[in-house]
Amino acid sequence: MIDMFLNGLPVSVEPGTTVLEAARFFGIPIPTLCELEGLSPYGACRLCVVEIGEGPGAKMVSACTYPAQPGLRVRTASARIVRARKMVIELHLATCPQSKVLQDLAAAHGVREVRFKQEYEDCILCGLCVRICKEQMMAGAIGFQNRGGRRVIDTPFNIASDVCRHCGACMYVCPACQLRCTFDQPEKAVCGGCANLEPACLAKPAYDDMMCFMDPCVACETPTSNGRTT
Amino acid sequence: MSAVLARTGLNSIAAFRALQARLLATAKPEQPTVVIPAGTCGQASGASNLIRVVKREILEHGLAEQIRLKITGCHGYCELEPSVLIQPGGTFYPAVRTKDMLAIVHAALRGEVVEALLYKDKTTGKRARRLDEIPFFARQHRTILGRNELVDPIRIYDYLEHGGYTAFCQVLEGGDPAWAISQMKEAGLRGRGGAGFPTGQKWELLAGQPGAEKFLVCNADEGDPGAYMDRAVLEGNPHSILEGMLIGAFATGATHGVIYVRSEYPLAIKHLVIALRQAKELGLLGADILGTGMAFDLTLVRGAGAFVCGEETALIRSIEGKVGEPRQRPPFPIERGILGKPTAVNNVETWANVPVIFERGAAEYAKIGTERSRGTKIFSLVGKIRNTGLVEVPMGMTVHDIVYGIGGGSAGKAPLKAVQTGGPSGGCIPAAMFDLSVDYDSLAKAGSIMGSGGMIVMDDETCMVDVARYFTAFLGDESCGKCFTCRKGIQRMHELLDAFCQGRATHADLSLLEELAAVVKDTTMCGLGQTASNPVLSTLRYFRDEYEAHIAGRCPGRVCKDLVTFSINLKCKGCLLCLDACPADAICGEKGVVHVINPDLCTKCGSCRGVCKLSAVDVTSP
Repeated sequence: MIDMFLNGLPVSVEPGTTVLEAARFFGIPIPTLCELEGLSPYGACRLCVVEIGEGPGAKMVSACTYPAQPGLRVRTASARIVRARKMVIELHLATCPQSKVLQDLAAAHGVREVRFKQEYEDCILCGLCVRICKEQMMAGAIGFQNRGGRRVIDTPFNIASDVCRHCGACMYVCPACQLRCTFDQPEKAVCGGCANLEPACLAKPAYDDMMCFMDPCVACETPTSNGRTT
Repeated sequence: MSAVLARTGLNSIAAFRALQARLLATAKPEQPTVVIPAGTCGQASGASNLIRVVKREILEHGLAEQIRLKITGCHGYCELEPSVLIQPGGTFYPAVRTKDMLAIVHAALRGEVVEALLYKDKTTGKRARRLDEIPFFARQHRTILGRNELVDPIRIYDYLEHGGYTAFCQVLEGGDPAWAISQMKEAGLRGRGGAGFPTGQKWELLAGQPGAEKFLVCNADEGDPGAYMDRAVLEGNPHSILEGMLIGAFATGATHGVIYVRSEYPLAIKHLVIALRQAKELGLLGADILGTGMAFDLTLVRGAGAFVCGEETALIRSIEGKVGEPRQRPPFPIERGILGKPTAVNNVETWANVPVIFERGAAEYAKIGTERSRGTKIFSLVGKIRNTGLVEVPMGMTVHDIVYGIGGGSAGKAPLKAVQTGGPSGGCIPAAMFDLSVDYDSLAKAGSIMGSGGMIVMDDETCMVDVARYFTAFLGDESCGKCFTCRKGIQRMHELLDAFCQGRATHADLSLLEELAAVVKDTTMCGLGQTASNPVLSTLRYFRDEYEAHIAGRCPGRVCKDLVTFSINLKCKGCLLCLDACPADAICGEKGVVHVINPDLCTKCGSCRGVCKLSAVDVTSP
């Protein structure tokens, strides 16, 4: 067992545990976005940052990827962390203001304004879809492309993937996607196969920019118009 | 294959020593030699033509017995390339034109000096014959770069003749890895890649790791804008890196080595491939090195052009054939590196220092530099400086001595304002702090870093906000994009800096920029992200007044196009030069009449200023 401190509380955890798992086990909340049980930790969203160490040498690391270590002193809600976390949420919200998940996070953490130029992107590149496709669906149909500001998620060579089974897991886990189930608003639903007799179709130009990898659409079996062919 | 080569190579340390003795006995140091540095920089400035002239002269007149031509790597004085060095005697001819080359060859044959082509001091007008009489070289301490003058990088025998691989043989003969590590610790060498981790300690950690397979890596993915120290060493003396890694392998028990070079260095790759082949053929690499049973193989991996692959965890992933994305440490590469095996990553310059330490002795080496930063460091001195080039100085020299003593001060008329050290991850040191000693700790205290050794000199005509914007744009392109705060944070910082440069920024933007820079520094995972806000933070620290001037709509450096106006003063004689040069037809006037710039049409490209011989074009900011 590894002995460490969580917000001053001495705790013991199993070797191989991450700081996030340890904190969860002892009931200390840490907000997350790109983390999901059953998927390998990735550390992309930086929302789960915690402070480790003491004094001027204290540094911030992502709780989801940092392994528990003997004698580690972790603080999950110091002023420095709260400040950083608010900025991280603000940056996220400036990228994807339409995401319900991000709006809820902002509300919960008291982020009331976005001081950056508003963008309307559909993706925060958290990599949940990439990981669920590879690790749980055993498909690996999608992955990251390019780097820096040009980084996107897509299928290899941007053509319809042979290994995609149209399971929709990528849409299900996406925190920013508007394509997820919107059962209570069937008229807005893209899939809505469960509620709509005549589902809205991805082939509509309105959905061109959305990062949907369901091709053809599960509901209507029509190839989409965004450059993909079946 | 390797067994066949081993049989043709040397099979004992005695055989190696015999070969070296034979080489030394047949060497003719008194024979006139024309040394032409032809690294990438030398070739670009015309060294290839000089080489052709000398070769033809030797072949046509059958001078092969009387004079030798030696092509080496870069000697460091970029400003005066292509240069020629005549040995023995060390006569140095700077900025040699092709038509003067024959005169130099014939003078060398006669043992004479062409006085008119020697280096001439710009201020005193005095000529200097030898390198050590030139101020640029006189104040340097060239333990690493100095060997570039002696060694032909593609001939291993040349390296052996100049004492190459002797240090490795000594270590091998001693037979005690622990002694080698203790020597490294005594020498106090710290990693030259930027972080300054003690190399001896790193080796000790690697030696202490369990497992039969261990890796050593030479990080030659040098990507900082304006920095090319590693390239000079790779091109000019690849065997010194091989020797350093061999010593490291013996000390740590590493079995495999990887040299990770960026593809943008084709000449370095070529020289390394040749060096690796020669070392293998000679039995210095492979399964049974010099018959001692030591096994170490060395491979070359080419980078694919990502700056972030200079970060060690990204570099390791790239070597494994994966996407170059850093990962969380711990576990550190020293525990789990390439393919999960213990791995130690060191920079090119660090490896090049290793043979020097064992040749001179650790105690002797430790005398150079300061208490906590030992040895010499190569800097690439670029920007608005008179003597551009690579300079190697002992640690602890002041910025002032480097910039004015060696660099010769400002290249133009404007006084110097700051020096940017450490590349995009580094920071700026203002002129008021030029008495700062250049070592790891002082630089860190001043808010900059040693980095790999880039030193960009800036004068009053440089806009610090624009500098921060440039580096932020560079890092935004080169971020791997994994951490949200690095990818988006840098993009947002760049947006804010853009607003400053365009005069749209407010005081609220300034505090937002400060807040954001601190969060980006705190919340990202790897070295690239954690230092990405350094250019912003350090310029904010020392040049806050410039940011405030931009808010007020003024650019003190007169660089930001949206905040400056071009006008023509009364020095104008009406020569029509600028009129012809203006791409926007914004200048009107006729011959003999003072010209006028139409501010509505002017695109502020600066063409008029470039062609004006009378400095009649003014750039003003309100």
